[in-house]
Amino acid sequence: MRKIYLGVLALYIGILAGHAQNNLPVSDTSTYLSRKLKIEEINFVSAYYHQDGNNSAVTGGLGTENLTDFANTFDLQLSNHSKKGRKNTLLLELGVDHYSSASSDMIDPHSISSASRQDTRIYPSINWTKTNEQTGNALGFTASYSHEFDYQSFGAGFNLTRLSKNKNTQFDFKALAFLDTWLVILPVELRPPGYGSGGHEDKRPLDHKPRNSYSTSFSVSQVINTRLQGSITIEPSYQHGLLATRYQRVYFNGNFNEGVGPNSDIFNERVENLPDKRYKLPVAVRLNYFLDDRFIIRTYYRYYMDNWGITAHTAEIEVPVKITSFVSVSPFYRYNNQIGTRYFAPYGQHSVNEIYYTSDYDLSTLQSSFFGTGLRLSPPKGVFGNQHITALELRFGHYIRNTGLSSNILTLHLKFK
Amino acid sequence: MKIYILLFSLFCLITMGLFSCTSVKQYQKNRLNDSEMELSARKSQKFEQSFHLYREGASGANGGKSGGGCGCN
Repeated sequence: MRKIYLGVLALYIGILAGHAQNNLPVSDTSTYLSRKLKIEEINFVSAYYHQDGNNSAVTGGLGTENLTDFANTFDLQLSNHSKKGRKNTLLLELGVDHYSSASSDMIDPHSISSASRQDTRIYPSINWTKTNEQTGNALGFTASYSHEFDYQSFGAGFNLTRLSKNKNTQFDFKALAFLDTWLVILPVELRPPGYGSGGHEDKRPLDHKPRNSYSTSFSVSQVINTRLQGSITIEPSYQHGLLATRYQRVYFNGNFNEGVGPNSDIFNERVENLPDKRYKLPVAVRLNYFLDDRFIIRTYYRYYMDNWGITAHTAEIEVPVKITSFVSVSPFYRYNNQIGTRYFAPYGQHSVNEIYYTSDYDLSTLQSSFFGTGLRLSPPKGVFGNQHITALELRFGHYIRNTGLSSNILTLHLKFK
Repeated sequence: MKIYILLFSLFCLITMGLFSCTSVKQYQKNRLNDSEMELSARKSQKFEQSFHLYREGASGANGGKSGGGCGCN
């Protein structure tokens, strides 16, 4: 009997204690939204690229295309919440590329090292996005700047995201504008009298020409079932201004009536000339399929067309294989089939009657393959035991083009939190 | 003519896609939320996209640039 009384008493005390707990002020940490700006993630991406071929546009479609590029970007993502509970995300990015190009050195082959033999490009950007985390809708603005020796760019953009109520359909819109300026460097033998070389110690004047680019991107992403999702993107764009690269030479199959150069005695050579307007229309589809816990299939296809006569089909497949929950290997293959511009002809094959001409093989009819593999590590205790490095990705790719150009690229991506 | 074929194909694709969709609840999205299932290019593909932009005439609709902002096409 005493046991029963003691049991009832314990129950009563328990209920009282329970109520007492209910009456305590509750601080719900799960809904706490920080209004202080905090670091969400940091990404560092570094790549080494090397290419070689024998169709340099600088020397009219013949000559070395040897080039190396060491590219790096560092981005910092910060966020906080407004009084209304909206999430503000600030993305700060800084990129630095350094390249050396044997073909650019042929702008002036007699100089020990011409202005464009090597160059460094610096490109900071900032994006601010405001997101309603309940609906998923977001609105953002971007500003960017890019500077290299002969090129300067100011960019501005706007992005909008709308999510359906069931969050299975997402619409993204982006608008971007780049207001760029070229420093017009000419091949040494085609410079008019008194025209500068672009060298640091050469004070003679050079022309500056504008190039403006405007693009809009419309994208719809759709969850199709619990394993499959896809997206469709259309990105029409328009460019206006100097779209030809003036230090690229073109050699003709005949002679012009009037000569060019300091002595007006060059009759079969000109600098590249292309229309000052270009409309581009790429349409792309992505489909990702979760096959099972070990295999995922990522696919991408793009059709491209523009008013210079270029059309292209690009298809890509990548199959990430999960070796463990934290280690995956991702072999990939990309194929590109391009019909070249009507303004292209190889070395010495352009007619002097043509208005627009280029011997740039990047704009020619070509097929290319790009294949390689990626390795991704994301252990729960951090990469190499460092808790701040949440993921490491190493990726290698080999590129071959049927024009003879080949290249390799090695990329390292580190993600910090 | 090509643009009409392209737009028609796109319309068919969207229509087929929307009709074959099933409503997936948030709690059923564990596979779709896998980082490898993201419907965008990887960050580590950034410089691959840059060199494709230089070495090929086609560009855009892949998360990278479609021209401008650099001395590329």
